[in-house]
Amino acid sequence: MKCDRCDRPAIVHQVIISNGKHTEIHLCEVHAAEAGVPNPGKQPVNKLLAKIATPTTPSAIPSCPGCGATLSEIRKASLLGCPQCYDTFEEAIGIMIESAQAGSTRHVGRAPGGAESVHAMRHESRRLVEELDRAVRAEQYERAAEIKARLSRLSEEQPPHHGGTS
Amino acid sequence: MSEHKRADQGDAPDLDVVLTSRARIARNLTGVPFVHRATADQRRDVIARLRPALEPAACSEETEWIDLESANALQRRVLYEQHLISRQHADLQGPRGVAVARDESMSIMVNEEDHARMHAISPGLQPHACFSRVRALDEAAEQVVEWAFHDRWGYQTACPTNAGTGVRFSAMLHLPALRLTRELEKVRHAAKDLQLAVRGYYGEGSESSGHFYQVSNQITLGCSEEELLDRFMSTIVPGIVDYERSARQALLRRDRLALEDRVHRDLAILRSARVMKVDEAMRRLSTIRLGVCLELVPDVPLERINDLFQQIQSGHLQQQAGQSLSPPEAQAARAAMLRERLAG
Repeated sequence: MKCDRCDRPAIVHQVIISNGKHTEIHLCEVHAAEAGVPNPGKQPVNKLLAKIATPTTPSAIPSCPGCGATLSEIRKASLLGCPQCYDTFEEAIGIMIESAQAGSTRHVGRAPGGAESVHAMRHESRRLVEELDRAVRAEQYERAAEIKARLSRLSEEQPPHHGGTS
Repeated sequence: MSEHKRADQGDAPDLDVVLTSRARIARNLTGVPFVHRATADQRRDVIARLRPALEPAACSEETEWIDLESANALQRRVLYEQHLISRQHADLQGPRGVAVARDESMSIMVNEEDHARMHAISPGLQPHACFSRVRALDEAAEQVVEWAFHDRWGYQTACPTNAGTGVRFSAMLHLPALRLTRELEKVRHAAKDLQLAVRGYYGEGSESSGHFYQVSNQITLGCSEEELLDRFMSTIVPGIVDYERSARQALLRRDRLALEDRVHRDLAILRSARVMKVDEAMRRLSTIRLGVCLELVPDVPLERINDLFQQIQSGHLQQQAGQSLSPPEAQAARAAMLRERLAG
């Protein structure tokens, strides 16, 4: 996401809810500093949480249907209430996670059911290439052929699809 | 509760600097509130569902389930001192427990901040081995229960700092030479730049004790588990190990006699003191450990020193005494244990 004032990537994201009106601010590091807004990547999580929505009318904030938690309760506890909170407060939680996770916006690791990610397959591939190199250096040609066959099978495998892409 | 036996330290790699390595996976059951918002009945249900899923796969050796709600304060304290449960898990109220491998190589906290916190622990620098074990445990559990998973955010955890993989690698490093040579701040800065956290002897919120520092990855999202492990192992941790070793050699070169004097003075004090506070004992044991690693103390095995860091804690002393001890009594018991274990 770009900065509201220039084309640089925004690193500060604020959601302000005042009198039921929802406003978003996205600023790059330079403009955030100019506006006197601290870089959230340099703040502890509880302070990040405190940045999210300071409601003037608590009743205007919905609670999570899964656990009944409100955003202000999440802010106070520095913890989400249940897995459903991730969707109920999608936008605010997304900002919070991105800030806590150095800007990462998506999971790329393992998924339920044993599905391995593209990265895991690349890792295995790199490991096999190193092993192949060692086998060749040691003149273990049968072992090298075995590793080559595994590498070949790995490259033919399509990265399995896991979960949606929402 | 039986007494636990730490896994054999044997030829563990890099044991001179790395006391232990850990891999942890955080998971939650789908459709159940996170622990801090769950009712007592819901927490009991979490235990009932997780115990059969986790215990048989926890390790090849025997695993013991400890119900922390009914355990007394001393039992919980001993587990905390063994680094098998967190301070939070020891102090929380309500249904919760821990499955522990008898050799302390595995610990699964149930109903801590997340429904399941699975840890594999190895002596020395062995995060790959730890990760293989804890991943096998996670995969086995997944055959029995459904973990909460989000298409975008990965495995869902109560705190957003654990979302995604839910995986944290950590190493307990002994850095007395970097502390003595005032180089430790450089390590802290480098770790911060590489998004690693540096914590104290008992993890989050604790201070360093005995010059032990726990280093772990802060980021759990946006990288695969293997990439996190690669970063942990290929960047800073082996670098810190080498840095500490260089600082130890520099201390030896600069003034071997002064270092020998310091080590042997601390050893002499622990071999003869009648009263010993825990902070002082940790500090002096740290110097002796440094001396043992540099072969300045020929008659004390490293494993004995490593074990003493745990055995001198007040919970362990009370467990050994079979009764509660007042602070002065604990100080006397600690001094007696050190005299006996370090006898020349």
